[in-house]
Amino acid sequence: MASTDSIDSIAGMDWQALALTLKLAATTTAILFCIAVPLAAWIVLSRSRLRAVAEALTALPLVLPPTVLGFYLLVLLGPRTPVGRSITLLLGHPLAFSFAGLVVGSVIYSFPFAVQPLIAGFSAIDSSLIDAAQLLGAGPARIVRTVLIPLAGRSLLTAAVLSFLHTLGEFGVVLMLGGDIPGATRTLSIVLFNQVENFDYASANRTAAVLLILCAAALTAIYARPRPTETGGNRSRTGNGSAETDEGIRHA
Amino acid sequence: MLDLNLKAHRGSFHLNVQCSLAAPWTVVFGPSGAGKSTLLRLIAGLEKPDAGSVILDGETLANTNLRIHKHPGKRGVGLVAQRSALFPHLKVASNITYGLRNVDSPTYADRLKVVLDLVNAAHLVDRLPAALSGGEAQRVSLARALAPMPRLLLLDEPLSALDAAARDQVLSRLQEWLAEQNIQAILVTHDAADALATSAEVATIHEGKLTALGPAREVLAAERARLLSRLTDS
Repeated sequence: MASTDSIDSIAGMDWQALALTLKLAATTTAILFCIAVPLAAWIVLSRSRLRAVAEALTALPLVLPPTVLGFYLLVLLGPRTPVGRSITLLLGHPLAFSFAGLVVGSVIYSFPFAVQPLIAGFSAIDSSLIDAAQLLGAGPARIVRTVLIPLAGRSLLTAAVLSFLHTLGEFGVVLMLGGDIPGATRTLSIVLFNQVENFDYASANRTAAVLLILCAAALTAIYARPRPTETGGNRSRTGNGSAETDEGIRHA
Repeated sequence: MLDLNLKAHRGSFHLNVQCSLAAPWTVVFGPSGAGKSTLLRLIAGLEKPDAGSVILDGETLANTNLRIHKHPGKRGVGLVAQRSALFPHLKVASNITYGLRNVDSPTYADRLKVVLDLVNAAHLVDRLPAALSGGEAQRVSLARALAPMPRLLLLDEPLSALDAAARDQVLSRLQEWLAEQNIQAILVTHDAADALATSAEVATIHEGKLTALGPAREVLAAERARLLSRLTDS
């Protein structure tokens, strides 16, 4: 493990690592959204038997030890596999031990935290609205854009915040796949590990406090949002009785 | 002309319907749980039959042998259910025009005006569904299904939230307009009075099977007698 000498430290805080961690979390969340929204919509709208397989695969990172995931990704993206060699050829450098590699690992590791809230949110939308959209000629993409996304605002926010926070706190996958390269793969959780290893508890305390405050503030922002109530919205009048219905009205 | 040959199993319930519906306005009458709504959902393409076919004006919409199952939005079929299912985040005007795609601006505006006038809902155009009463929401839902000018309109007790007088008024105007536009309609109801109120062909359905098909006065003679005796008794 690298020593604290290489850390661009101001009052024990590694600002470079903080910036890299935030960049990693933001990039991962943006990529996850592009993949998770259509996948969750497909799982909810499709009648395919492959839905169960897709749901199981997306939930796998929840139960797998991060080091196992990191190890397989390291092998897959390394020079011994055709995938790894193709990526190296394409990018000019291997994905392992690079920021791009960290993003790939983070996307896979945080996948369930983006997909599960979206599946829950989309599933809560009254199926009669989806039937109505289909009968009026809407295809899957239009249903997602005009019905699911506007009515699942709370779930979209939850998915975004959980993906972001989960990436912030990643350690196992980051260490296995990215190592500890300052400015490239050293995130706050690695810095914290280094600080503890070097018995620099004062700095470790500051680093841990930053992560704690970031996570607590973001979660508080989610829970502080008013929840849809049983009597709210048009539930009683039109029978569109989904928890997300009222969310849609607020956004309108 | 709608030709149906449908078999569907839903748990212990079996639907088995073979018939040709040629009248411009057909009422499917049966008790709750007889399979009326399932029948409409199969015709609309929201559910797949286990076996059989749906043919509308000679065009095959579904055929299990040929593995044909047209997307609900490509069948030219409109469905208005008891639950209005209006998009809660869209205003009435946007709800009604949701199904209008690839039409020019004048047609768009004209179609909106025509269907709003037909269901007497022009004053609701800027409201969100949350601000509508149950009856208003059902009328807007009817207008939304009519706007794309379907070839076949399926009505699943669509005006149940209106009082009898208002319902009869809307149905009468609707029947007249559909005849002008040459749009075939099927109305399902469990209310014999509704079935008798329209000069329609009536099909009775019981436990998933069509038990009679013909003019209302003949098919519902027993129901008519029962209603009349109730009136005279009271």
